[in-house]
Amino acid sequence: MSGAIARFRDSDLWWSFKRSPVTILSAVVALICVGGALLAPFIAPHDPFDLASLNLGDAFKPPAWDEMGDAIYPLGTDDQGRDVLSAILYGARISLLVGFCATAFATIFGVSLGLLAGYIGGAVDSVLMRIADIQLTFPSILVALLVDGVVRAAVPREVHDQIALFVVVFAIGISEWPKFARTVRGSTLVERNKEYVLAARVIGVPSLRIMASHVLPNVLGPVLVIATLNLGLAILAEATLSFLGVGVPPTQPSLGTLIRIGNDFLFSGEWWIAIFPGLSLVAMVLSVNLLGDWLRDALNPKLR
Amino acid sequence: MPDAAVFVEAQDLVRHFDVSRPILQRLAVREGKRILRAVDGISFTIPKGTTLSLVGESGCGKSTVARMMVGLYGTTSGHVLFDGRDLKQARAASDQRRRLQMIFQDPYASLNPRWRVADIVAEPIRAFGLAQGRDAVLARVAELLTQVGLSPLDGQKFPHEFSGGQRQRISIARALSSNPEFLVCDEPTSALDVSVQAQILNLMKDLQRRLGLTYLFISHNLAVVRQVSDRIGVMYLGRLVELAPAETLFTIPRHPYTRALMEAIPDLEMTGRTRIPVGGEVPSPITPPPGCAFHPRCPLANDRCRRERPELLAAEATMVACHAVQEGRAG
Repeated sequence: MSGAIARFRDSDLWWSFKRSPVTILSAVVALICVGGALLAPFIAPHDPFDLASLNLGDAFKPPAWDEMGDAIYPLGTDDQGRDVLSAILYGARISLLVGFCATAFATIFGVSLGLLAGYIGGAVDSVLMRIADIQLTFPSILVALLVDGVVRAAVPREVHDQIALFVVVFAIGISEWPKFARTVRGSTLVERNKEYVLAARVIGVPSLRIMASHVLPNVLGPVLVIATLNLGLAILAEATLSFLGVGVPPTQPSLGTLIRIGNDFLFSGEWWIAIFPGLSLVAMVLSVNLLGDWLRDALNPKLR
Repeated sequence: MPDAAVFVEAQDLVRHFDVSRPILQRLAVREGKRILRAVDGISFTIPKGTTLSLVGESGCGKSTVARMMVGLYGTTSGHVLFDGRDLKQARAASDQRRRLQMIFQDPYASLNPRWRVADIVAEPIRAFGLAQGRDAVLARVAELLTQVGLSPLDGQKFPHEFSGGQRQRISIARALSSNPEFLVCDEPTSALDVSVQAQILNLMKDLQRRLGLTYLFISHNLAVVRQVSDRIGVMYLGRLVELAPAETLFTIPRHPYTRALMEAIPDLEMTGRTRIPVGGEVPSPITPPPGCAFHPRCPLANDRCRRERPELLAAEATMVACHAVQEGRAG
């Protein structure tokens, strides 16, 4: 283990990380976001889901530095008297959870189909890639809306509330897979004609084993970059869906839900209800994207 | 020639590749299918324990033949017979499949960069279940690495830690790990330095003597081929133009193309001599010239060569496909 750490500290990746202040800052912000989300039950000053602790008299409190503010609500409260900071911490949990799961789903699904298309070729390749092409002509948020709408129409309301989180993950994941599939297919086309794959074919290793043990490890580099960049997009997509009111259920508000709630009060002067969740979302997505950009450049030998 | 000692036989091998444009484009410009005749009727036999080399310029189809001989490519027509069995049947059974192996050209592409050398060499051992248990596999790998002149400790390293010649030794160790009897070597030395080439060739000859291996050796380098071969086949545009015992080919080359190749070998004693280069380019295998494929570049070509394709016929110890040689015009 210490050997692995030493090797990492010796690597190009660490070297380029140390040299980029923006990247270090992004990493710190991303860590704060992830840490805050994971530790929400321990560090949040209030429990926004505990209805008993809510006091409608505390509604619409401005942030603590305002003269009308209250020190126990650092970022103010919303229309129900919920602490905005606590809601953000809990909301970030949902946003990150959906983002991670959707990206993982899109990665596994897209990488598998891309491997199959690239390695088998022929009709399988044509069919899969035409499907991907068609899907790429739709904006991915439209695909997600479509999936969500179909599920809503297909299952009863109470069932939908229970599976809403899975539906959002599936909707966002399915709308992002073509990117992974196309990238992996391209690299697979290169790898499958390399002689180490031929050597495995000569001794009769089954195709699926060759794909999994030979081709897959050699095409994963670009996937890591796309997955990181895609994480930011998935978080945004979830926020968009929730803002439109079709995302996660209102019992589990994400950052997008918080922004939607706050949106109603923007013009009446209670700006903090929408702005602080919005800023958290921007910080989270921006830091993840900057990390992705850095990873892309650091892994590209031509840019060193 | 059905010989008791024949181990591997190619019977009239043909391999065409469809290089047509996509069907919609083809309909739009009203163009027929474009067929590339990579290999256009090749027959040869390899007796057990000997080496047959195929030489020829780039694009003459020698690598395609190599891949058909191990079953990586199917045949458009013709058969490969391996120890008396059809290759397709032989490859269906794992105890037969392990008897043939291949060594590749590019030592930088033929080893998976993410695998340790020990795993690379052990892949055939595991695939064929030739050793049981981790210790037995590793012991066999160590033995193989020693056999090809590497250290057993090298098994823990990754391919990028080795030079081209060492990587080719790893490739050979992997090929040997399934105890093969027939090895197809597709230009195994063409990516290596001259000094390293000699080492690898010596290693391969040494292994052949000790293990009784049969080689099909593909190369474009006549000097390399002379060192390892028992018999040599010269290919031109998907066909054999001459097939002869190695020394015979070098002392009395018969086909005009073979002679041109011999002319092109650099020779220290002959520096400053005026060479007669072969004029022109290799024609496209999509639209090969009628008659003898070599006639546009041949100094001896006449009307018959332009019309009629010559067959591979015996002329003393040599087999030659040339009208001029058959008619005695070659001199």
